[in-house]
Amino acid sequence: MWEPTLRFQFEDRAKQAHAARLGMWVFLVSEMLLFGALFALYAAYRTTYPAAFAGATRLTDLTLGTANTYVLVTSSLVVALSLAAARRALGRLAGGLLALALAMGALFLVLKGVEYSAHFREGLYPGTYYRYAGMPDRGAQVFFSLYYLMTGLHALHVLIGMIVLAWLAWLALRGRFGPDGDTPLELGAMYWHFVDIIWLFLWPMFYLIH
Amino acid sequence: MNELMRRLLMLPEQASTIAGPLDRLHYAEFLALNLIALVLGAAGLWFLVRYRRRPGRLATPRFTYPVWLEATFIGGLLAMFLLWFVLGYRQYLGFQVPPGEAVEVYVTAKQWMWKFANAEGPSAVGVMTVPAGRPVKLILTSRDVIHSFYVPDFRIKQDAVPGRYTTVWFEAREPGRHQILCAEYCGTGHSQMPGEVVVLSGRDYDAWLAGERVTGEGDLAAFGQRVAADQGCLGCHTVNGTRGLGPTWRDLYGSTVSLTDGSRVTADEAYLTESMMDPQAKVVAGYPPVMPSYLGILEAPETAALVQFIKSIASEAARAGAPSPTASPGTSGPATSGADGGDR
Amino acid sequence: MSAEPDYLHATRGLGSWLTTTDHKRIGILFLWTVSAALLLGGVFAILLRLELLTPGRTFVDPMTYNRFFTLHGVIMVWMFMIPSIPTSFGNFMLPIMLGAKDVAFPRLNLASWYVYLAGAAIVLTGMVLGGTDTGWTFYTPYSSKTPADVAPVVLGVFVLGVSTIITGINFIVTTHTLRARGMTWHRMPLFVWSIYATSVIQVLATPVLGMALVLVALDHALALGVFDPAAGGDPILYQHVFWFYSHPAVYIMVLPAFAVISETVCALSHKNPASYRAIAYSSVGIAFVGFLTWGHHMFVSGMSALDVGVFSVLSMLVAIFSAIKVFAWVGTMYRGSIAFRTPMAYVIAFLVLFGVGGMTGVAVATAALDVHWHDTYFIVAHFHFIMVGGTITAFLAGLHYWFPKMFGRLYPERWGLLAAALVFGGFLLTFIPQFLLGNAGMPRRYYEYPERYQALHVLSTGGSWLIGVGLAVTVVYLVWALRYGPPSGDNPWGSKGFEWLAPSPPPPHNFHETPVITHGPHEYFRPEA
Repeated sequence: MWEPTLRFQFEDRAKQAHAARLGMWVFLVSEMLLFGALFALYAAYRTTYPAAFAGATRLTDLTLGTANTYVLVTSSLVVALSLAAARRALGRLAGGLLALALAMGALFLVLKGVEYSAHFREGLYPGTYYRYAGMPDRGAQVFFSLYYLMTGLHALHVLIGMIVLAWLAWLALRGRFGPDGDTPLELGAMYWHFVDIIWLFLWPMFYLIH
Repeated sequence: MNELMRRLLMLPEQASTIAGPLDRLHYAEFLALNLIALVLGAAGLWFLVRYRRRPGRLATPRFTYPVWLEATFIGGLLAMFLLWFVLGYRQYLGFQVPPGEAVEVYVTAKQWMWKFANAEGPSAVGVMTVPAGRPVKLILTSRDVIHSFYVPDFRIKQDAVPGRYTTVWFEAREPGRHQILCAEYCGTGHSQMPGEVVVLSGRDYDAWLAGERVTGEGDLAAFGQRVAADQGCLGCHTVNGTRGLGPTWRDLYGSTVSLTDGSRVTADEAYLTESMMDPQAKVVAGYPPVMPSYLGILEAPETAALVQFIKSIASEAARAGAPSPTASPGTSGPATSGADGGDR
Repeated sequence: MSAEPDYLHATRGLGSWLTTTDHKRIGILFLWTVSAALLLGGVFAILLRLELLTPGRTFVDPMTYNRFFTLHGVIMVWMFMIPSIPTSFGNFMLPIMLGAKDVAFPRLNLASWYVYLAGAAIVLTGMVLGGTDTGWTFYTPYSSKTPADVAPVVLGVFVLGVSTIITGINFIVTTHTLRARGMTWHRMPLFVWSIYATSVIQVLATPVLGMALVLVALDHALALGVFDPAAGGDPILYQHVFWFYSHPAVYIMVLPAFAVISETVCALSHKNPASYRAIAYSSVGIAFVGFLTWGHHMFVSGMSALDVGVFSVLSMLVAIFSAIKVFAWVGTMYRGSIAFRTPMAYVIAFLVLFGVGGMTGVAVATAALDVHWHDTYFIVAHFHFIMVGGTITAFLAGLHYWFPKMFGRLYPERWGLLAAALVFGGFLLTFIPQFLLGNAGMPRRYYEYPERYQALHVLSTGGSWLIGVGLAVTVVYLVWALRYGPPSGDNPWGSKGFEWLAPSPPPPHNFHETPVITHGPHEYFRPEA
């Protein structure tokens, strides 16, 4: 069984794992504030243009958005199962589950791309590029600026998360995780859950609240 | 006392009704803070001398301050700060709503000029005419970037923000003239946004309202001159041959102009019109490419009138030697353009 | 003891420095780079003060002048002030003070330096390509309309922010997980408390700035229009988002200064702090209340009167914390045994300058008074008293206090005191006239000004030269001392700060034997060991 190295600055492995987890939590809080700036802008502009925001929400694709929500939540569950498998030293199972989650992440991005291209055909571009004849409204312009910024930033995080999952899957298949050492997988799972949770806020903001 | 403190702190004159009370709050805080600084500084200096390190006296006693002393310091400071908050905020609230009926002036800022539209009277660029002894309410907005309307003598300042309206009021105490400054950084001409408040007595103000109403169209060049003033052209382009932010208009028409890319063009009607609509297309050598486009801002007749006005600004020598003056500001380069080469 | 070489001599060659994960070496790398940034920002300061010597054109045109003050601000704020003390002294001292062998994530620590270099390179490239003229605040819509190129500088600042966040995460985790046996929270040196509070702000506030800057870049490069009124955007909203970061950023800049002063005033007075808990807790208090005061930068922007009241009273509250500290530091000197050496000279300078800066801060938090002062030289003078009088003075105090710790050598004391006097005197001459200019109504960022202001401007420019000479002298004798300074011994100050438990300069893993902490820091009343 492969064992993680203990770096010289730590007394023991438990402390080292604790430090890694704490670091990840602090990083995620920082990430949250990155999205937080956009959430704040959304709140402010929604207050300024309540009717336009409600109207523009109807222009996004509720079906695809909801489907994506299920895809992402399920992938989170799969990652959690993979972690459980890794802790039981079932490396191949853990790796397979991570690959499945990876595929679901890819599916999410494909569906998002389908949504984007449909919007582009209708002229639902962000900001000053907005050309949709059905709703010529400044508020809708701002809504779609935020829509692309926030879902785009989120998609970027999904992409980074997929790279992390691919790396973890490779490690898992090589049997690098076990009851004694699963820190990288645990941190990767935390990151993937974070990406998932952000989407759980974006979903109502851009699809549900009319 | 007021006058002594005002001069000591180099504050400008107190030309509005709010300036006096505001300055008194200023003095109070200034004196109180200086008193604290003095006590603290004297204590620090005393400690520095009294407890300086001496040979053989290295050990120091364990010493912490009693809790009641700490609490007194913190509580005292907090009480003082809150007192200032209350006094300052009360005055601030007073800045929000004018007492009684106010003369309304609409202020539009743009790079780099102020435009004033009096609700009762005529509009003007750069000069705001108001009565003394009556509240004046300003409704501000901006055409391009954020500016800030600041009259130090009145102690008022309010940002002019594009896309929204903000308000501020003042009441000038006596007739006089007061400088307007832009306080929010707005680009190359930020320090050169000329503006002045002219405060007239009640009678003069009424006369001004009545007299200035009469306006005529006049000939095309005169119309162009008004357009130039209204649009703020004259903020950057002079008509007397001196160098402004942009090239002077004197003797410009018909002259040969050197451009940034090294080429030369003759300043004809087409060039002048293009420079208004697409200023970055041909930039005169030695000048910054900062002129905004007037496409969609100037109407066709206004453009024509402006060109006519520019044509009309020529020195005697240039008129005699037309069509191609020997020296023109466009060709003389930045070092000598201040000297009027064509006028001998 | 042992023959183990110290960290400076453990390995040799440039490559060993560029690939080091030793927190001490990374601290030194940062010390060099932020010092270079300080000098570069200083050059711009000298240049713009020179232009202001005469009311009209002195030697550059307005576009160039606008680039000068923008680059001065950007370089000083993001390349010097914010990283300065945490990345240099923080990196070097924090693990040693905690009794740790290194930070929690040494490789990330090195990455932070390289990210900093990348950000600095982008900013400098933007500068060489023509610079930007928006001011360091990048206010929209000017920043999206200016013909100058905004994107490189903005993106450079974004990258610098990433470096800040990495360092912040590292310090937080290190403080939580790598304290030596017996090092309870209330036995942590005061330096650690302040750096910890700084790190919390860095991690929470910097990403908000990053997002705001990305939006500015998009608005300028692609005309997206998030803050453009013509496209439904709100330029005032940008100011809210910007100051939500940039006011806490003031505390990112000044809390590390508090960290240094808390250490030096105890060590040089040879005295326990007047109130350990007051100093420690007020740092944490500042970190939290500092997040709620950003609106005081916007009293004349057209914000509602209610908002102005709330931000005004909260700003008064945050001032209390700083006032507590100043009283505590002065109180620490009482019944001490004060050695008036170079670090102490800077401590005194700090107390005077930060005191004035803090008190004028209370004055500008008074809503009505701020209306007259907002965006005038009064504000410029106020925040330079905090930033230069506070942070740079503390940086210099720390540099002189820890120079023996870091390099094992002493610098010439007389030259140190002379430079301190020059910097202090030059500072007063530069910025006191600016208070008066602000009172007289001189707005900031003015290329030309009415002639009645010239006398004060001349004084201010003269002062800037004095500061320049002071800093140049400092560079010369410190570089000299690196090589020729006499050996300092392990603890030339007789300090009881925990970092002095390690040899000077320390071995690669800091301690020959891992220390066990049995009492609090700064306990000078204990019998000499």
